[in-house]
Amino acid sequence: MNKKTITLSMLVLGALLTSAACNKNTEQSNNKPEEKQAESAPPATPIDPSTVATVSGTVKFDGTAPKAAKIDMSQDPGCKGTNEAENVVVSGGDLANVFVYVKDGLGSRTFDTPKDPVVLEQKGCQYHPHVLGVMVGQTVDIKNEDPTTHNIHPTPKDNREWNESQPPSAPAIEKNFAREEIMLPVKCNQHPWMKMYVNVVKNPFFAVTDKSGKYEIKGLPPGDYTLAFVQEKLGEQDQKVTVAAKESKTVDQSFKPAGE
Amino acid sequence: MACFAQTRFLISGVLAVERPCLRAVAKVYNRGLHRFAVVLACWTFLLIIAGALVTSNDAGLSVPDWPTSFGSLYKIPKLVGGVKFEHTHRMIAQVAGLLTIILAIWTWRTEKRRWMRYLGLAAIGTVIAQGVLGGLTVLYYLPPVISSAHAALAQTFFCIAVAMALFTGRQWVEEQPRVEFDRRKPSLFTLALLSILILYVQLTLGAMFRHHGLSWWPHVANAVVVAFVLTWTAVRALTNYSSIEAVRQPAVLMLSLVIAQLCLGFTAFLTRVAWGRDAVQPELPMVISTVAHVAVGALLLATTVVLSIQVWRHVPATLAERVPRVEHDVSAA
Repeated sequence: MNKKTITLSMLVLGALLTSAACNKNTEQSNNKPEEKQAESAPPATPIDPSTVATVSGTVKFDGTAPKAAKIDMSQDPGCKGTNEAENVVVSGGDLANVFVYVKDGLGSRTFDTPKDPVVLEQKGCQYHPHVLGVMVGQTVDIKNEDPTTHNIHPTPKDNREWNESQPPSAPAIEKNFAREEIMLPVKCNQHPWMKMYVNVVKNPFFAVTDKSGKYEIKGLPPGDYTLAFVQEKLGEQDQKVTVAAKESKTVDQSFKPAGE
Repeated sequence: MACFAQTRFLISGVLAVERPCLRAVAKVYNRGLHRFAVVLACWTFLLIIAGALVTSNDAGLSVPDWPTSFGSLYKIPKLVGGVKFEHTHRMIAQVAGLLTIILAIWTWRTEKRRWMRYLGLAAIGTVIAQGVLGGLTVLYYLPPVISSAHAALAQTFFCIAVAMALFTGRQWVEEQPRVEFDRRKPSLFTLALLSILILYVQLTLGAMFRHHGLSWWPHVANAVVVAFVLTWTAVRALTNYSSIEAVRQPAVLMLSLVIAQLCLGFTAFLTRVAWGRDAVQPELPMVISTVAHVAVGALLLATTVVLSIQVWRHVPATLAERVPRVEHDVSAA
């Protein structure tokens, strides 16, 4: 191997590194156009507020509830929180953390992106909430309430992947998602038990079941819809729903244990 | 000095040829250089374990930037959570890079064998490429192909370090190698090379599974092929050339490591695939079994490389074919 070959090899390596750095910069700057794209969406289709309906209900777990797995947080003394996994949370047969949304039936209607951000907190080395719903382009404020550093790392299929660290008391990280995506996993590589899901949808008709398995979707124009119930481990179940003007409809759903 | 072969009969009747060609360059055993090469090989093994700990603890992206760590090239961050594994891996890697540069310079300045000097340069090139691959895995969020290439190159570098330790050893430098021709088909050398190839395939399949680029079954299916080929190689070496210590030792070690690796692979499968599929975090049995599986895999590959080198030196097949005249005219010896 002569000097020329060695120099050439070093140049190729240098070029690779530069390319990697440039690509990272390009990806970071790509965040802006996504926001603009969301801002320049067509005006929202008006909805007559006097006709809107409400859909609510309870999601049940049909079977023996799995025992919540224990989390071992001992690898970071800064982590002091509830040490139970949240992948299937059942209380008295009621299933929490189910994302419910109008999957189909809204046709070509468009909706304004809410100006208010939604908040995702890291507290006790767990994400709060565990399941989050946002509209496309809506800002998510990510806060670190812990005395330790976290990193926030979404691993999407259709959106842009990113990975940023957030030390204690750092300002909130503001992010948004440009494309619709259900159950988009977000994790922290510093604390491998930390995982949550963001659901990005194009309409404002969504909710997440609370600890008593209840949800409520307000302001729905009358029509025929497909309502989707999505749970991170138990999958998706759909229901056809017809709502009349001003109607308050109850739509319950139940999930069986995985594999049944 | 002309390159010639001295042929003689051993008491057993086995043809033995001393190969002055291998000793054409006057060599002197350099204890310091050899010990340094051994240190590099051991340090690299430690580095492989540290890297395996990063993957097994799902900590690959706990430090989100590269080549800096949280924006700094020299500050050590608080070593908690995943950072403990990832940053420790980076620090061990930096020392490995430094050791490699020192060894290459030392080799360049003191070695009479030109190919050894080039091997030192190859080690530097490999360690740089390995660092770049490690950086790319971070910058591109662990793409399976790049992460698997990082895993495979790590073990390649380990083999280079082990080979350098072998080539600088007293036995290699001062020994008058005894040669026995291999007339079987396939030759032992071919089997040893096949073993290396099949181990690389296995390493790649395992790395792709660990980095979520492939299912587990290709790795498990290929384990049967690995077990067959390596056992065939070891048994051939032990049944025909057990009198050559330099061949017998790595063959015995290789066979032992194959058995250990199969047991560890089975344990890793149970803890990670069968029982740990829905684990909310990497559990200790899962981490221990997978890290041990990676470490023993690296030892197995390096041992197979050593066996191949020793077979090339002591049991050449092609040389026998090339010098049939010497064989026929043994009286000339």
